[in-house]
Parts: sequence; C-alpha cells; structure tokens
Amino acid sequence: MNPPGLLKTTWIVFKKDMQIEWRTRARLNALLFFAVATLLLFYFAIGGDPGTMRKSAGGFLWLALFFSSVLSLSESFRLETENFALEALRLAPTSPRAVFLGKAAANSLLSWVLALALVPLTVAFFDVSIKEGVPRLVLALALGSTAIAAPGTVYSAIATNARARDVLLPLLMFPVLIPSLIASVSSTTLILGGDPMNQMGDWLLFLFLFNLVYWPVCFLVFPKVIEDD
Amino acid sequence: MWVKALPLTLLAIAVGLIVCHLAVPKTRTWVWKVLAAQAVLMFLVQPYFALTWAPREVMMGDPYRIIYMHVPHMFMAFLALPLNVILSVWYLVVKKSWAVDALSEALAEVGVYLGGVGWLLGSIWAKPTWGVYFSPDPRLITAGIMVFLYLGYLTLRRLIEDPEKRATWSAVVSILAGADLVLTWFATKMFRSIHQLPSSPDTVDAQIVMPFRFSLVAFLCFMFVLVWHRYRLALALRKNEIAPPEAVGQTQVIA
Repeated sequence: MNPPGLLKTTWIVFKKDMQIEWRTRARLNALLFFAVATLLLFYFAIGGDPGTMRKSAGGFLWLALFFSSVLSLSESFRLETENFALEALRLAPTSPRAVFLGKAAANSLLSWVLALALVPLTVAFFDVSIKEGVPRLVLALALGSTAIAAPGTVYSAIATNARARDVLLPLLMFPVLIPSLIASVSSTTLILGGDPMNQMGDWLLFLFLFNLVYWPVCFLVFPKVIEDD
Repeated sequence: MWVKALPLTLLAIAVGLIVCHLAVPKTRTWVWKVLAAQAVLMFLVQPYFALTWAPREVMMGDPYRIIYMHVPHMFMAFLALPLNVILSVWYLVVKKSWAVDALSEALAEVGVYLGGVGWLLGSIWAKPTWGVYFSPDPRLITAGIMVFLYLGYLTLRRLIEDPEKRATWSAVVSILAGADLVLTWFATKMFRSIHQLPSSPDTVDAQIVMPFRFSLVAFLCFMFVLVWHRYRLALALRKNEIAPPEAVGQTQVIA
C-alpha cells in the first residue's frame, strides 16, 4: 500500500485535531469564555464613551482574538506531548510538513470560528454596525485568523518544549504578529465604521501578503523544529 | 581637507584591522586590543567634536547633536541583527556549527543592546523636535519591533537546555523575525511618517558630517570588540555544555 501523499496526510492530521476538539469541545468553550471576558474588560476599561467605543471596536475584537489565540495555540501542541503523541505521529510515518499544514489549518479554523462568534457580541457591546457588509468582514476575519495561525503553530511547537512555555509563546508571537494586527485592525475598523477613502482593499491585500510570506516560510522551517537530527 | 580625511583614515585602519583579525587567525590574540584602544581613544575625542566643534544646526539648534549617538547605535544594530538572520539561514541550510550558533548569540545580544539604547536616544530626541516621545512612524515601529523580536529570541535561548535544540529553534525564530521586519516596514509605510529623511552629506555642512562619520567609526570598533568577546564567551559555554568524551567515559565507569 502506498503511503498517503502530503495533502491526504494533511487532511488526516486536520481531521484528527478537529475530532479531538469536537469530542471534548473544551478548547472552544474555554476560548469563547475567555474572549468574551476580554471584550467585557475592554468595555469597562473604556468607561462608556460611545464615540471612543465605536472607534475602538475593531481593535478590541482583534485584541480579544490575539489573547485567546495564545491559549488555543499552546493547547495545540500540549496535547501532542501527552503519551508521546507527536513521536507516534511522526513514526506513523507522517511528514512533518503535513503536521504543520494540518495543525495550522485546524488552528486557523478554530480562531476563525471564534472570531465569527465574537462579531455579534462586538456589535452589541460597542454599538457598531457592519457598514461595508458581512462578506467582507468574514473575509477579513479569515485572513487575520490564518495570519495568526501560521507563525503561531511554529512558535507553539517550539514553546511547548521549553521551560516557562506560557510566558514564551506570547513573547515570541506578539512582536511577529504586529504587522498582521495593524492590517487586521485597520481593515476591520474600516468595515465597521465605513470606508469613504477606499483604503480597505490595501489592508486586505497586505494581510494576504502576510499570509503569502509566512505560510511558505513556516512550511519550510517547521520540519527543523520537530525533527531530532 | 583633514576634515574629510580623518574619519576615512580611521575607518581604513578599523576595517584593515577587522579584516586582518578575520583572515589571519594568528593575529586574533592582539588585534582586538588595538581596536579596543582605537575605540577608547575615539570615544575620548568624540564629545569634543560632537558638543563643541560641530556648529549649531539652523532649524533644531543644539538637540540635533544627539545624532552623534543615536544614529551610530541604530546603524550598528541594523548591521548586527540582519547578520544574525543570515547566520541563522546558514545554520539551518548550509552547516550546523557551534561557531555559527555562538556568533548568532553574540550578534543578537549586542544588537539588542545597541538597538534598545538607540531607540531610547531617538525618543529623547523626538520630544524637543517633534513634541512627542513616540509616534506610529515606520522607522520607530520597525526599530522597536526589532528590539522586542530579539529580546524574545534571547529569552528563548535561555529557556532551552539542550544546546542543539536551542541552536535550531533560535535559528527558526530568527528567520521568522527577519521576514517580519520587512513586513512591518511595509505595514507602517501605510501610516504617515514624521521621521525626517536621512540627510545626504552633500547638503550638510562638512563640520556637521565629520563628527558623525567619526562616531560611526568609533562605534564600529566598539561593536566589533563587544561581539568578538561575547562570541568567545558563547563558544566556551557551548563547549562546556557539550560533555567532552572523557567526562562521558568517566560517568559510565562510575555508574
């Protein structure tokens, strides 16, 4: 029997992660509560000024997503350390690149679902309307989620094996994600607040570019992270 | 005439010594001492050139004199950290060697120090000239992120005990950081910028340019000596971490 190819293996890894998630739903539930709590904290910290709240809604939405993505990403490889699951996965044999693609896709999907779940709450808390239409917002959230997931998956694999992993992951990840944060927040703010100057396309293009740089780079370097040679 | 010749001569001496150090291993015991002496002598003279010899600038007055410290710090950081990215690619793709790993560590640490201090100096300069300490400007953000990326890199190095994994993983982190600097630059370009464009030596008074070039050469010598010593230290630590064969044999006997 021929071993399955890269895409097939990726799909198997993705399905495995999703199945684990679906059976417990522990991660998504915890993430949802954490993200909602973060949004509420921002709501109280800003002190109820409607103008400021409307202007900052996009930023708060993305910060809540960034903070909860740290939890979700660190969990993504922590569950592989139990019972040497990662070693077993590699002995299967699974190509490390397929592990990266599968895991990064699963992480993207998870944070995209979380982002979609947060949109109604953001609209309710911060009293904004989606002026440029829902499809564009869905696209911006998807591009931002994949931008977090690619470098995040690599850092998660590194941080899981280091001491003080909970501190290390945000320390490595947040500075790298600043360009994507700038672009995600700018495009989302324009979608929520209206885009009279037609700048949103540029920001979405930049987010796409961020993905275009990081997915191949992470794809190439990831095997070095989980191989012992 | 000497105004142009002095920094160029000093630069030629410094570059000559550095090349000699790199090309001829035998000279490595003493060349760095000469470079260190050159740096010390230049730093003794530099305040005179920077603070009294150079004329006041027309628009900014005296605060502009901080360029003699701020710009060399930033230049050297922008020399050290991209070099770290190149070495990391080298480590992963071409050859896994402890020397490359030790040099990356040295460059990252010196680069973070120079970049961090340069960033602070820039923000001190920004207050009297722009009226703010910080603004979302492409250069300020890129430089700040660069320092934080490599602070993370240095933290990572301290949190991994296995030297081989540390070398590989920190190389990976450095490559992702390198890609980020390019992207950050483009992302923040989309904001408006208040940082002045770099002046060309042709349009600036020679008496302002000379101390600047002088400072750059002094910082080059200074950085080279720092990196060289940090590299030696890192390499010695690495060799100590990897147990020598004799020690492994003894442990087995005792066990």
